[in-house]
Formats: sequence, C-alpha cells, structure tokens
Amino acid sequence: MFRFILAKLALLIPTFLGVTIIAFGFIRLIPGDPIELLAGERGVDPARHQELMIQFGYDLPIWQQYLKFLGNLLSGDLGTSIITKQSVVSEFFTLFPATVELSLCAILVALTLGLPAGIIAGVKRGSMFDHVVMGGALVGYSMPIFWSGLLLIMLFSGVLGWTPVSGRISAMFYFESPTGFMLIDSWLSGEKGAFKSAVQHLILPTVMLSTIPLAVIARQTRSAILEVLSEDYIRTARAKGLTPWRVVGVHALRNALIPVVTTIGLQIGVLLAGAILTEIIFSWPGIGKWMIHSISRRDYPAVQGGLLLIAAIVMVVNLLVDILYGLINPRIRHTE
Amino acid sequence: MDTTSTNTAPPSPLREFWGYFSQSRGAVAGLYLIVSIILVAVFADFIAPYSPIEQHRENLLQPPAWQDGGSWSFILGTDAVGRDILSRLIHGARFSLFIGCVVVFLSLVFGVSLGLVAGFLRGPVETVIMRLMDIILAFPSLLLALVMVALLGPGLINAMIAIALVLQPHFVRLTRAQVINERSKDYVISSRVAGAGTLRLMFITILPNCMAPLIVQSTLSFSTAILDAAALGFLGMGAQPPTPEWGTMLAEAREFILSAWWVVSFPGIAILITVLSFNLMGDGLRDALDPKLKRS
Repeated sequence: MFRFILAKLALLIPTFLGVTIIAFGFIRLIPGDPIELLAGERGVDPARHQELMIQFGYDLPIWQQYLKFLGNLLSGDLGTSIITKQSVVSEFFTLFPATVELSLCAILVALTLGLPAGIIAGVKRGSMFDHVVMGGALVGYSMPIFWSGLLLIMLFSGVLGWTPVSGRISAMFYFESPTGFMLIDSWLSGEKGAFKSAVQHLILPTVMLSTIPLAVIARQTRSAILEVLSEDYIRTARAKGLTPWRVVGVHALRNALIPVVTTIGLQIGVLLAGAILTEIIFSWPGIGKWMIHSISRRDYPAVQGGLLLIAAIVMVVNLLVDILYGLINPRIRHTE
Repeated sequence: MDTTSTNTAPPSPLREFWGYFSQSRGAVAGLYLIVSIILVAVFADFIAPYSPIEQHRENLLQPPAWQDGGSWSFILGTDAVGRDILSRLIHGARFSLFIGCVVVFLSLVFGVSLGLVAGFLRGPVETVIMRLMDIILAFPSLLLALVMVALLGPGLINAMIAIALVLQPHFVRLTRAQVINERSKDYVISSRVAGAGTLRLMFITILPNCMAPLIVQSTLSFSTAILDAAALGFLGMGAQPPTPEWGTMLAEAREFILSAWWVVSFPGIAILITVLSFNLMGDGLRDALDPKLKRS
C-alpha cells in the first residue's frame, strides 16, 4: 500500500511542475510588459519603470525568474494582489472556507439523494421510478446551472420571498469568525436567528451547485448496481435464499460503490467550476467570485496564485480519492 | 418480409446500427430535436419575424403574447431595448450549433492526432503527451477556459479555442486507450507484415476501428461545448453583445430577474433543450455502438 501511494505521488510531481509552469507563463504571455500592466491606464515614467523591473526581478533571464517563482512558492509566497495590496495566499485562504462550505453542502446533498435514487433505479430497472430518476438525471446533467440559479432566485426570493437573494448571512448579524464556516460560526456565536439566517442563505446556492453532481452520481450508481447485479456472486447469494434486501444492501452495494467513489472524486473539478458560477449569481464571497473579479480587474498576480492553488487542491483531492480507491479495492492495490 | 425467404445475410452495418439506435426512444427523440434545431438555424432568416438586433423602441420589455400587455407581434416578448426575443433565440441557434461544430472539430482533430501518436509510438513521446493532458485536466475546465479567454481577449472565437483546448484531453485519452488495445491485434500485425507504413497503420488500419467511442464522445462534447460557451457568455467572456448568443442574452437579462421573467427564462430553456437533445442522442449512440452493452 505504501508503494502504491508513493507511485501515485511520483506521478503527481511532474504534473504539478507543469501546473506551475502554466501559472508562471500565464502573465508573461500577455502582450505588453508586466510593469505597464501593473500601472494600467495611468502609465509609468521610464526611470520608475526601470526601477520596478529590477525590484520585481523582471530584468533577469526567464529561467531565473521561474526558479525564483518556484522558490517563493515553496516558502508559501505567491505575491501580492495589485488591487488590494494583500498577500494572494492570505486572501485566497480567507475566502476559501466559504467555497468549501458551499461545495461540501452540495456534495452531501448530491450523495444523500443520488445514491439511494441510483440504487433503487438500478434494482427496479425499467420501472416507473427508474424512468423518472434517469429522465431527471439527464435533465440535471444538461442543466445550464447559471440559468437554473436565476430561476431559483426568481421563484423563491422574488415570488415567494422565502430566501434571501445573496451573501452568506444577513447583514444584521456580526460576530467573530473562528472557523470561516458560517454554519458553525453562527451556531457558536449564540446570536438568536443567526444560524437560521446562515441556513437560509445557503439553501439556494446548494441546490444550484448540487444539480450536476447529483445527476452524475445517480447515473453512475445505477449503472454500477446494474453491472454488479449480473455477477455470479449475486446469483449465489440469491440462490442461498438471502432476502433481496440483504443481497442488494450487503453483497451488491459494497462492490457497486467502488467505481462510484471515483466518480465522486472526479466531481471536485466540476464542483469548483460550478462554484464559480454559483458564487457569481448569489454574491457568495468565495474563491470563485474572487477569481472572476480578479480576472475582470486584470489583477494578474491574484489570477496566477488562484489558478495554482485551485489546481493544487484538485490534484490533492484526486490523489486522496485514488488512495481511498486503492484501500477499498484490493485488486487495484496489488496489480500496480 | 416473406416468411419463407431464407435471407441469412447479416444486415448492413448501418441498418444494424439503426436497429439498436432506434430501440431507444430517447435517442430518436434527441435526433429529431437536433434535426429541428439545425433546420431552425439554417432557415433563421426566413423563420424569425424580425432581425435579432432590430430595436423596437416603442415596445420595451413587452411581456409574451399570452400575458396581459403582450401582443402577438412579439410572441415571446421583447427585451430591455425592444428586441424581439423569439427572433434572437432563433438566430442564437446558429451560434450554438456553430460553437459546437467548431469546438468538436478542433478537439477531435488535435485530440485524435495526439492520442494516435501517444498510443502508437509509446515511450517518452507518450509520457510527454499524457503528462501534458494531465496538467490540463488538473484545472477545473471552466476556470482554465476563463483564464485563457482573459489572456486572448473576450470573444466568441477565443472562447471556442479555449473550450476546445480544455475538452481535447478526453479525446487524447480515449484514442490512446483504443489504439493500445487495437495495435496488438492480428489484423494490425498482418497489415504491418504486409509492409504498411506507420501513417497508414495509424490512420487507415487502426483509426476506423476506434471510431465508436470517439463518435459518442464527440456527441457528448458537443453539449459540453454549448454549455461552457453559454457559461462564458454569461460571465461576459464569450460572445459579446449584441450577438444573440443564448448565454450572452442571459447575462444581459440578469438585472430583470425580478421584473421581467420572460427575458431570463426563454434563453435558458433554449440552452437546456439543445444540450438535452445532444445528451439524449449521445446516450443512444453509446448503447448502439458499445459492443459490451449490445444485447447479443
């Protein structure tokens, strides 16, 4: 098992180096030189320009700049934002919990609804329930979520007035934020109604973000169950006279869940891409909204740092899923 | 057919394929929908009652015909500057299909070529290509596309290039896996023994036998391309106003979410139906072309 993890890690290193090259090269691909980009419309006088070039190390050969960038990266420094003059890393990790909270809620909803729906649809193949779930999953899978999010606001905030339109919590509450997770913080604050307000703010974004993972998980679970149900050991279990409940719940499910774990892992990229759209629509103060704003304000150090950190997070989660997959599936572990 | 005839010849591949494909009602429905969308796009100039960018200044934000204040001259109502929404949706079909075609063509050509090279040559070339694809896949696709468009400058063409780039690793992986699977088979070896060159082996001997999963992937990528392009348009990075692209229309409609529901609703329905029909057909194609799932 240890060797399996090491092999996976060894594969990750060149990929991560490639990611750093892309993030590093990105600013340099933009026409014009970086100082003029930083200065923006106002321009900069030649003497100051030269001074800044040296200060930021842009006068060095490109490979030395890259090595310096890598060195800074290793010490946890990804530069400072042009707009806010804050460290990119600290800005990123201040906003990151908001995105994690939203994504976790979305994946939890997707799992609690998608797994049972997929299992039942698979067991009762061809039934009305199967058709409804698979039809719904196909629609969910094809959904432009930036549109369904707008519809949700239109219906639940506009017509019914049940939920707020944007943000994480009502502005009337103010409390310390020790964890960055609004649900936990509002609970800990002990303020009356704070937790309820946090939940209300979270519901619509969660629904929007969970749409696609929910559809994918339901579909994958169903096809995994169908595949497993035709195996010999299921026939044996049935022949032994086990109850259908036991055959499905114990013998089939355990094996069917193995490919589903990979599917869930692959959803992390989908979730983060969806989080960009969700956060924009609901003004959710997470890294997705921050990235879009950084892009539109041409805050290139922020975009560069955000790109790198997001890719690193996706890679680490995928690695963890691979390891988990190896743990629960001995066939993988031993053939590598 | 005459019951006494003894026709034992196998059905033609096309007929066999249609036999499997038409068993799925969803797939056939998807095909019909796609054909209608293509017809709408081709004949947009004749079907659409108005020009998509013509502004009817006296009819701003007019509701659809069946609602109070609506009129049958603007069936789906008008937007904030008085443009007929139906005409814009009809012309938008052209953009969506165009985006899908260009993106799938680009990612198919580059993805299949790289995949063939990787699967055929193996060794260091393969490692380099596959690592490059891993790097692209390490980024959430929409984010990478966004950053690329920010680099290249917002616009429909750049959005299509960016989406093609983030979609093609899937084609590379698929082609490579197929090629590795096929290249040790007897028909390839015999062709090699007969003196076929590398290019002939790659494109004429092996590639046709890898087509089935590639066709399925192309269909499903078509819907991803339309969806991603609409998302980029919605974020202001895709087609620019006043282009009647559906995602761009949604971006312009955002501020009327609480006052004019029709401006927000109809472009989304158009995106959903188009994406849904390609996914329906893709699922049907997979069932029809994937021999593992074929009911023997």
